[in-house]
Amino acid sequence: MRLIETKGLSVRFGRTTVLSNVSLALDRGEIVTIVGPNGSGKSTLLRALIGAQKPARGEIIRRPGLRIGYVPQKLHIDPTLPLTVTRFLSLPRRHPTEATRAALEQAGLPDLRDRQMADLSGGQFQRVLLARALLEKPDLLILDEATQGLDQPGSAAFYRRIEEVRRELNCGVLMVSHELHVVMSASDRVICLNGHICCEGHPEVVAQAEEYRAIFGTGTQGALALYRHEHNHAHDHDHDHNHDHDHDHKHSHEAAE
Amino acid sequence: MMLDDFMVRAALAGLGVALAAAPLGSFVVWRRMAYFGDATAHAAILGVAMALAFSISVFVGALAMSLIMATTVSTLSGRGFAMDTMLGVLAHSALAFGLVAVSFLSGVRIDLMAYLFGDILAVSRGDLLVIWGGAALVLSLLAWRWQALLTTTLSPDLAWSAGIDPRREQLVLTLALAVVVAVAIKVVGVLLIAAMLIVPAAAARPLATTPERMAAIATLIAGGSALGGLQLSFHADTPTGPTIVCVAALIFAATALIGSGLRHLGQASD
Repeated sequence: MRLIETKGLSVRFGRTTVLSNVSLALDRGEIVTIVGPNGSGKSTLLRALIGAQKPARGEIIRRPGLRIGYVPQKLHIDPTLPLTVTRFLSLPRRHPTEATRAALEQAGLPDLRDRQMADLSGGQFQRVLLARALLEKPDLLILDEATQGLDQPGSAAFYRRIEEVRRELNCGVLMVSHELHVVMSASDRVICLNGHICCEGHPEVVAQAEEYRAIFGTGTQGALALYRHEHNHAHDHDHDHNHDHDHDHKHSHEAAE
Repeated sequence: MMLDDFMVRAALAGLGVALAAAPLGSFVVWRRMAYFGDATAHAAILGVAMALAFSISVFVGALAMSLIMATTVSTLSGRGFAMDTMLGVLAHSALAFGLVAVSFLSGVRIDLMAYLFGDILAVSRGDLLVIWGGAALVLSLLAWRWQALLTTTLSPDLAWSAGIDPRREQLVLTLALAVVVAVAIKVVGVLLIAAMLIVPAAAARPLATTPERMAAIATLIAGGSALGGLQLSFHADTPTGPTIVCVAALIFAATALIGSGLRHLGQASD
């Protein structure tokens, strides 16, 4: 059985249809990334998957007993709420001290156990959010723009960690991201979303797709090549796009950011 | 018998309310529900008026009205109304309607002040039973749902992803709030119930590093304020409910000073 599956999922806010007819499925051991422009319904789709957003139509089928590890886009901690890192890791379920200690060591943050969550840097905060989700030993890890606010090496390290996690736990990973270049190299499958699923498949196939290029332009193509050197620009000739083949990689990389 | 002494009964009543109000008050503070507490408490006076009109127990009347108000507010808050305005309207209208309703009750001699500011020195054994029963109910609710409530408070999405329905947890808090309001009327009165919820929790914040410690410290502060306020009002011949809140407010001022002192020390050592 698939970990999670949606069939013809539609979500409406009032009269606005945010998602229409989204059908997707995820298996164990897969890393799937959802890309799409702002307002394309990426976060809404994730919220529907965790059960926070009721579908207007269609269904969501979760494998019975599915454990979801959720890493939100951001987490506002009210200044009136005192919360140490160790205490945060024990939500929603309490874990033994050794478990939280090990989780922090694995996240590379062994000294932060008694630190207040509010005092963490952006990078530390993201790693703690991930460590908390992993303590649940999830079957499915869901990350919403988890590298927002991290610098380039920081987010590259974050995605390497996600790949390790996938190997260790053999869990499915579903993430939303706008960092196309990194995502493309770290995912098994990419779903391009813009209110509906425009296209999906292997990252390199999606990067070539008309629908994808219509949304993101061709600049990301070069960025992908920067990270996957085996990838060849010769593919481009299959398309009748008339874009500049001589653009330098660095430049298009910046354009992709 | 010890309970024959009105001072002992008053002390027990104050402690009972403190025990329930302080941990619940921590959630009220964390979730920014201060106005919500006010609206619920003010609605209780309308409940009191109705209870007297239909000659049912004041506790039952206040509980019913508080529940209705808390549920209304809780439902509206999920629907994107301008909440501060909405709560301001509801809280003060409830109070006004309550006061007008009480004035209609001819033939019943009511000391309105007793319901507005409490009458802790007149607590009976029956009242004590109600107060401690209510406190036990609220504490067990909070203890049972503690982890889920905390997760929901932190982020409703985090709760959903763990299979916790944040709406159910909100209902638990709503219920607990109505019970605390109903049992606290006799002790501090409807006007100052919100103070018993918020002031001890706010006073505990600078001294706490975890949610549990904050709730525990708030309980100690609330209990201390109740006993201290009772003593003070006895010697200085001041109204007891307001005196209790004054003591809590002074403790708040003290911990706020200590807290800013601690922060300066922390910065100096960095």
